[in-house]
Amino acid sequence: MGRLSGFLVTLRQYGKKVTTEFPKEKAPRPARRHGRHVLNRYEDGMEKCIGCELCAGVCPARCIYVRGADNPPDQPVSPGERYGFVYEINYLRCIHCDLCVEACPTEAITETKLFEFSFTNRNDAIYTKDELLVGDDGRARRLPWELWLGGEDDDTSEWMRVTSPSGDASYEGRVSWSGELGFGVRPPEKGQAQD
Amino acid sequence: MGLDAIPHNFLTARLEDLVRWGRRNSVFPATFGLACCAIEMMATGAAHYDLARFGMEVFRASPRQADLMIVAGRVSQKMAPVLRQVYDQMVEPKWVISMGVCASSGGMFNNYAIVQGVDQVVPVDVYVPGCPPGPETLMHGILTLHDRIRTGELLRRRAERRGGAGIRLEGEPVPIS
Repeated sequence: MGRLSGFLVTLRQYGKKVTTEFPKEKAPRPARRHGRHVLNRYEDGMEKCIGCELCAGVCPARCIYVRGADNPPDQPVSPGERYGFVYEINYLRCIHCDLCVEACPTEAITETKLFEFSFTNRNDAIYTKDELLVGDDGRARRLPWELWLGGEDDDTSEWMRVTSPSGDASYEGRVSWSGELGFGVRPPEKGQAQD
Repeated sequence: MGLDAIPHNFLTARLEDLVRWGRRNSVFPATFGLACCAIEMMATGAAHYDLARFGMEVFRASPRQADLMIVAGRVSQKMAPVLRQVYDQMVEPKWVISMGVCASSGGMFNNYAIVQGVDQVVPVDVYVPGCPPGPETLMHGILTLHDRIRTGELLRRRAERRGGAGIRLEGEPVPIS
């Protein structure tokens, strides 16, 4: 048996199925996964971004470009003085660290769990504001070079919902999060409350 | 007589489809890992994601047996000539996937030591974002490349059609044909 005992290890693995059939299904995604960003809107459809450029300032890879402008008084884009009228993220620089989400004072930018995307030229990799902003149903826009199988944008940046504000652990389970278009005030991440 | 000399008709079109099908289903990557992305590249080849489903489980140790170079990781200025040599040693048809943000644009290493985008050295077909890209992201890039092989031109000579990002080295290397 001695020299054949190595084959026993192989035989014991026989019949086990571990492979994820990738293009048809994805492996289960962790609740706090970082993926492509979305720009959220309030429940009344107003944009949350106020163009303060804090996300651009905190980004370690310098992949975000924001320019703010004054809201037009008759047709305001965001509820405040200013709004982000240019918002670009270069996904060939972004390292998905979520620091922009942490820095954002209005919870405008969050990250979905969509990470299956690739580009055939560099221009596609620079997402403009039109591509990042959620649609009228509060869902992320699905671009042709991304693989959405559903559910990726259900709970964006879930970890912020459990520790906000400012990542303080003593606020666990308490929602200090403003409502979002299509979702309302989302509940905090489950199983993380302080008790 | 090469394939160029054959006049284009119904039969050759079917032949082209067959050749494209064959190429698409046997893209062998070269073993070329540069940094942390290589770990994810290994995970892509392992059982949970299983590149063998696409006919590309063998990471060839010799560039002469490889069709695809996955540039996995940051390319330092010193590594760039090595990278170009590995690319030149591969036989046509060959493709390049730039895996991860460091290979694609330098990523967060915006400094003098790292090549700011590997498309300054070799022509890149598919850019895969992420730091590092997960196995599924890499596989999405590979599937994008498969689509390009399936629909792209059959006789593909980058030097002639000035492919890639349009950035060339001084003195075009002589294509090995």
